Amino acid sequence: MLTNLIVFILASIIGSEVISKVPQTLHTPLMSGSNAISGITIVGALVVAGMVGDPWAMYVGMAALIFATTNVVGGFMVTDRMLQMFKKKE
Amino acid sequence: MKQNIIDIAYLVSAIMFIYGLKRLQSPATARKGNQLAAMGMLVAVAATLFVQQILTPAQMLIGVVVGGGFGAILAKRVEMTGMPELVAAFNGFGGAASALVAGAEIARFLAPNAADLMGGAVMGGIDAITISLSILIGMVTFTGSFVAFGKLSGRISGNPVIFPGLRVISILFMLGAIASMVYMEMGAGDFSVAGFVSDPVVQAALAIAVIGAVLGILLVIPIGGADMPVVVALLNSYSGLAAAATGFVLDNTALIVSGALVGASGLILTNIMCEAMNRSLFNVLIGGFGGDSDGAGPAGAVSAEGLTVNSTSADDVAILLSYASKVIFVPGYGMAVAQAQHAVRELAEELAKKDVEVKFAVHPVAGRMPGHMNVLLAEANVPYDQLFEMDEINGEFETTDVAVVIGANDVVNPAARHDKASPIFGMPILNVDHAATSIVLKRSMRPGYAGIDNELFYNTNNQMLFGDAKDSITNVINEVKAL
Repeated sequence: MLTNLIVFILASIIGSEVISKVPQTLHTPLMSGSNAISGITIVGALVVAGMVGDPWAMYVGMAALIFATTNVVGGFMVTDRMLQMFKKKE
Repeated sequence: MKQNIIDIAYLVSAIMFIYGLKRLQSPATARKGNQLAAMGMLVAVAATLFVQQILTPAQMLIGVVVGGGFGAILAKRVEMTGMPELVAAFNGFGGAASALVAGAEIARFLAPNAADLMGGAVMGGIDAITISLSILIGMVTFTGSFVAFGKLSGRISGNPVIFPGLRVISILFMLGAIASMVYMEMGAGDFSVAGFVSDPVVQAALAIAVIGAVLGILLVIPIGGADMPVVVALLNSYSGLAAAATGFVLDNTALIVSGALVGASGLILTNIMCEAMNRSLFNVLIGGFGGDSDGAGPAGAVSAEGLTVNSTSADDVAILLSYASKVIFVPGYGMAVAQAQHAVRELAEELAKKDVEVKFAVHPVAGRMPGHMNVLLAEANVPYDQLFEMDEINGEFETTDVAVVIGANDVVNPAARHDKASPIFGMPILNVDHAATSIVLKRSMRPGYAGIDNELFYNTNNQMLFGDAKDSITNVINEVKAL
């Protein structure tokens, strides 16, 4: 538990340092991209849904898996689509 | 050994997330950064699947295909103007997933064969806290995001919805959530195998889920359209915190690290948005500030105090712009509504042909989400080195011949500088009034989101071009070409 908390705090600090330097122009892609990263819950969903044994755990885990995959795949794809449009003057 | 490999894989993916986000610091490297983060996700998923030898039943494959396909369709189909609501919806999916994973974890603790599944572990007090927090944050994110989605896509009114006792009810629900957590805490470790729904832990979990869902709705309905950038950023942060909370539930570092990164990112954006409006987060969350406006309404040219505005025409604007040496465009939400971004780009190009220096000034809270205007202009092929942030460009208005305001209002209201009675007093604004001439494209004289009159419109060097922004710009382009 304490280790987890330490990891959480350190990661938050790294996140703040990295993200505070992102320019305003990229705030929307930052949001959708970081949102896709938060779809990391997919890993949790896989663990829970994969450990078959209890039907309830599986159903709920399955639903979680669908939501999380939508989040991850959609999030990264739409971010890519947006970033592709940001061009310098030729 | 196996656990070590997984942990190393999670470390690798965390590093890829961090460097992926770092590359978002410049538009030139941003796309690679996003791809790197996506690869990081692949590493985390692959490690979980293959190394841990989780059984891979058909259902799991179905889950990935259904979810992935759905996400891909949404991502491909969405119009750039629909981006705010899509981001809100994705936040909601993330929140729902976190809440569900925590729910599934309870089901595993409760299963008759729990001893095998959990390696003999029983649900302890800490488990109860992390699980209930994960469900609560996840559900608040889920329903809050979908209310935001409804408001942004126009399915629900963008006006703030406030009724007497709203705050009292919210506080009562928060207390209810705490009570349910205590209830779960007391029930933890002692399971009645007899009934699933009659188990106190399950009852508490369901109660927390319902309370979280209601709280999410109550949190977002009082907030008006103009404050949406703050809400979208805040929900983004919640979706990260929900993932981190799930990481605590599962003792999974990948979830904790990524969740923390996203949580921090959302909080920073929230903070930037609040500062750009000179309001505290608390003040925004209380809500009731500004709704949808600038819709239909009588176009009048006389204010309540009897001040008059100068109305102008497309050909006059065309002459003014063509003979200027420097023009700054100031886009706002009205440009998004009128879908005028392509016309604006064309006008900018026509002016550039006539050796006019053209720049774009973007206020941090213009639009409905952080960076909204930048995405629209990028879609219309405006190079990003023509877009300038408020602090970079504000000094340049002094030397600008014409500032063209397209569908922006409160962010260019000089009252924010000096009128202490104004609700937007102290909000940093774009100094459009410092330009030699300002032109405001607007559908009518209706006030902006803050519901207040804009002093700029009554300045002697300001001219109003009434009408739909897209039509007006198209007319101006034709006149410029004809010159």
